[in-house]
Amino acid sequence: MFCQECQHQEATIHIIKSVDGRKTELFLCEQCARSKEELEFSFEPQYSLHELFGSMLNQQLAGSRKAAAAAKIQCPACGLSFAQFSQVGRLGCSECFYAFEERLKPLLRRIHAGTAHNGKIPSRAQSKVKHLRELDELRKKLQEKVQNEEFEEAARLRDRIRALENEIGNDETGKDDKKGDQK
Amino acid sequence: MKQLQYSVSRWMEGGGPEAEIVISSRVRLARNISGYPFPCLASEEETGAVLKKISAVTKDGESFGDFVFWPMEELSELEKQALVEKHQASPFLARESKNGALLMRRDEAVSIMINEEDHLRIQAILPGLQLEEARQEADAYDNLLESEFEYAFDEHYGYLTACPTNIGTGLRVSVMLHVPALIMSGQINRFLRALSQVGLAVRGLYGEGTEIIGNLVQISNQVTLGQSEEEIIGTLFGVIRQIIDQEQGARQALLDNKRANLADKAWRALGLLKFAQLMSSREAIQLISDLRLGYDLGLIKAVDHKLLNELLVLIRPGCLQLLAGKELDNSERNLERPVQIKKTLDRFQNQ
Repeated sequence: MFCQECQHQEATIHIIKSVDGRKTELFLCEQCARSKEELEFSFEPQYSLHELFGSMLNQQLAGSRKAAAAAKIQCPACGLSFAQFSQVGRLGCSECFYAFEERLKPLLRRIHAGTAHNGKIPSRAQSKVKHLRELDELRKKLQEKVQNEEFEEAARLRDRIRALENEIGNDETGKDDKKGDQK
Repeated sequence: MKQLQYSVSRWMEGGGPEAEIVISSRVRLARNISGYPFPCLASEEETGAVLKKISAVTKDGESFGDFVFWPMEELSELEKQALVEKHQASPFLARESKNGALLMRRDEAVSIMINEEDHLRIQAILPGLQLEEARQEADAYDNLLESEFEYAFDEHYGYLTACPTNIGTGLRVSVMLHVPALIMSGQINRFLRALSQVGLAVRGLYGEGTEIIGNLVQISNQVTLGQSEEEIIGTLFGVIRQIIDQEQGARQALLDNKRANLADKAWRALGLLKFAQLMSSREAIQLISDLRLGYDLGLIKAVDHKLLNELLVLIRPGCLQLLAGKELDNSERNLERPVQIKKTLDRFQNQ
């Protein structure tokens, strides 16, 4: 008998698996059995997660015309299409996140505890993140002041916001230059 | 060409808090370098450029002086498999990576995978329940690397990773537990159901799907986005503490009712490990578990945790063949396994 996996080697190993009373049998050659055995020694639960993720994406893609259009969305940086992504379950580059953002968000919500990062920040990004968080605060305050008709205070806040926005804008261009260098 | 020698990883040495139930604690961080495509879809040149960039930093410099650098292409299939079995490399790095490499600290407590699914996978494994300690180990190297490269990071989504299941903190924490009493009493099923509800994944360390061999289970976080590193580790730690309490209770109940049976089982396991002439890895894993339980309950003193962990690793196909110094097929391995087990047991007794 030939190996059921590769179909060309002599099957020397017989595997009987019983899951929930359902028995399955496998006849494998030494090599294929070994590759199956090796999989079991993995530390990462990544295979099942990828599959789960992949199937969730395929559900999203099934059916409607809108979905067909979504499948064609391509990442401008690496060229990966959303349909390809849903098959492999892995993104091609960091730009993919922004290209597929609208499709990814509901999925992230389902597998994670939210869609906003709440942990470590690399020291290089720290000042920018701090500025962005400060901007959020200031904008909220500005709205309050406008509603309460405290215009003098509101004008002061507006100037502070503009200054911060400029600062962040400059950071951005600096970062983009660097990216260009690396390529 | 340099050759990989069989060696004992830090986690295998045993010890650490709760060592009678927790075998090891592992932390890994997924990171990517900004401006380069992720490894899976990258070309040979692109992964080569990433490897060059990273190894230029880690080659010289004091911080990585105690690391050994192993490009995957310089290792034989057996050597790679042995690294996977010791949890130093992932199966993906060993078999599928392009320009993949492993940077392993000499004590084998920290290893850094290059061009795995992400550009960098920094991991630390320590014996016993030492999640915070393992996190600090990995974090220190993360800080070092971060000062050299600009990571792919988004203010809103955090660290960007090839698989969206790792995005955010990029943190995966796993604990390997030996829970024979919970399994014998069937209480484990209650835990398995509850754990998935708090965002944790459980699986048998060996065996496919829900099958558990050798009473070993691995528990890890699934959520990486929306929670801080402290919250992720805190949740896992809390759950592990509960499992430890339950396992201890179940062990005490077993000891009260079945003391002679457990002692008999442990001594028989030792006898078989010492004198059997043919042994499958499945049988060996089960016997090592019986022996470990007997030792942890104080019913047998002829072994210790380091020996048990070493046995658990050397019975696996890659390590076994590396120790034997030649390639062996399945039936030859079943012959070689008892030889290596006996050698290790004898060496321990003559210490």
